[in-house]
Amino acid sequence: MAEMQIKPITMNFGPQHPAAHGVLRLVLEMDGEVIERADPHIGLLHRGTEKLIEHKTYLQALPYFDRLDYVSPMNQEHAWALAVEKAVGIEVPLRGQYIRVLYCEIGRILNHVMNLTTFAIDVGAMTPLLWGFEEREQLMGFYERACGARLHAAYFRPGGVHQDLPDGLLDEIGNWAERFPSFVSDMETLLTENRIFKQRTVDIGVITEEAALDLGMTGPCLRASGVAWDLRKSQPYDVYSEMDFDIPVGKTGDCYARYLVRIEEMRQSLRIIRQCIDNMPDGPVLAENNKVTPPKRGDMKNSMEALIHHFKLYTEGFHVPEGDSYTAVEAPKGEFGVYLVADGSNKPYRCKIRAPGFYFMAAVDYLSRGHMLADSVAIIGSLDVVFGEIDR
Amino acid sequence: MTEATETSETGIADVPSPQALMIDHLRNLLGDMLEDASVHQGQIVLRTGVTSIVATLTALRDDQHAAFNQMIDLTAVDYPERPDRFEMVYVLLSMRNNMRMRVMVSVGEGQAVPSITQVYSSANWPEREAWDMFGIFFAGHPDLRRLLTDYGFEGHPLRKDFPLTGHVEVRYDDTLRRVVNEPVSLVQEFRDFDFLSPWEGMQANIPGDEKASKDG
Repeated sequence: MAEMQIKPITMNFGPQHPAAHGVLRLVLEMDGEVIERADPHIGLLHRGTEKLIEHKTYLQALPYFDRLDYVSPMNQEHAWALAVEKAVGIEVPLRGQYIRVLYCEIGRILNHVMNLTTFAIDVGAMTPLLWGFEEREQLMGFYERACGARLHAAYFRPGGVHQDLPDGLLDEIGNWAERFPSFVSDMETLLTENRIFKQRTVDIGVITEEAALDLGMTGPCLRASGVAWDLRKSQPYDVYSEMDFDIPVGKTGDCYARYLVRIEEMRQSLRIIRQCIDNMPDGPVLAENNKVTPPKRGDMKNSMEALIHHFKLYTEGFHVPEGDSYTAVEAPKGEFGVYLVADGSNKPYRCKIRAPGFYFMAAVDYLSRGHMLADSVAIIGSLDVVFGEIDR
Repeated sequence: MTEATETSETGIADVPSPQALMIDHLRNLLGDMLEDASVHQGQIVLRTGVTSIVATLTALRDDQHAAFNQMIDLTAVDYPERPDRFEMVYVLLSMRNNMRMRVMVSVGEGQAVPSITQVYSSANWPEREAWDMFGIFFAGHPDLRRLLTDYGFEGHPLRKDFPLTGHVEVRYDDTLRRVVNEPVSLVQEFRDFDFLSPWEGMQANIPGDEKASKDG
């Protein structure tokens, strides 16, 4: 047969493809079944968060952070709360710090369950999704018990958390933490040694240590390539320095390694949750500095000063001294940072949100070159992208 | 905490902080390119010129002692009243020293900034975003297109003179069978409250103030 020249095809993936994990338009230049170049078109979920924050007070800006990575809302709020606390210079009471760490780890498990199960359904395994969402439902129940909202919590505030946990909630979280490891091992029996799952993920989307660092990868995607770097260990914030946990590190840097790292991170998060429950101190949950944090409802009934503070905080807000700062937390997806420029008024002058997924999406071109079309689905699934934070 | 270890906080006045030692090292390394260096909340803040940004970042990355191996973030801040309108910010991380750094560069409107995609590949999309949001042009960028805004969008939304509500709104037109752009029409005036109280924010004299100042 005579040699034939195959014309390269340009293919549209998305913006409504279920495996795109949101609204992603991926323009693929294909040579037959092989991807020659991937060009992600993002911004379909762009809501102008950074511009909106410039027009809101520091407290009003906080709920926008729930809406970035809506799979693990409180971890984002944590970054904002820490950034404002650093700029204003207030200390968080110990119980407030413990509650924040507890809920950050719940958020990490929420995120990893979501990611691993949707990743599994992308490569053909449906059952983990059905099991995993039951667990997520219980975790979102804990969110609701603490703050009244399942998703958009607005629970972490500059100075601590908005309100104390209801009675008995810690015991229930403890009971759940006893049951959860059996879910993780059940899920592992379905996936870890599953022949189809391994065929779809092993040696797919390999990224070396050097390339991962160069491309700005952080979090599990960086650790899967063999870099032992976790901000909870290296630059601990709140009470992470008192927690005993390990950082799982992958060896191969492929989709399978990213899966394994997240599985182990869920187990380590459980260790942190147990330590938080066991060592939870008594005391206030919010700093008692009424120039930044609102007074108690009961005080407002008796004290004129408390009433004035409440009124001022919820209309004018508080003023943040002039200066800029960069604050980062280890969100479930990677380093989530806030670059905050304050001009001394009650509104931020500029707030840049560093979303980990933004850099993962930029690396899709690097990762999917030379792979088959079906592998791009596995790659996107393993990177853990959520378009709320990428498009902002 | 590894951050915010300034000499005054540790209580040991004689031992300089790692950040201060790093700044001393960088003064030797960068020479004239370094315009200013300080430590702010445990993070180093450097200032350099537009023309030397590529050389500065290359030196910071390749130097054995500094080893700033990741570019974490790249962004800009708009100050319309300054002669050089934009302030570029490069956030770097050195894993070996567990140290963060911000490199600041002042850029005028219409001035091209050398692209640093050759130094850190992670700068590719953030530079596209800065072009999209602020209209800062990056010379030598391989693919400088808009990133987050719509196809055919005009203007640069994060500039301070761009209104919050934008200029155009889109809707699906049933007769034309496509999405159409129209000028924004607000059913009520955009409400931007000025909460600054006259006791804290207002600079002008309130009638009656002169009496207080005269008599002391």
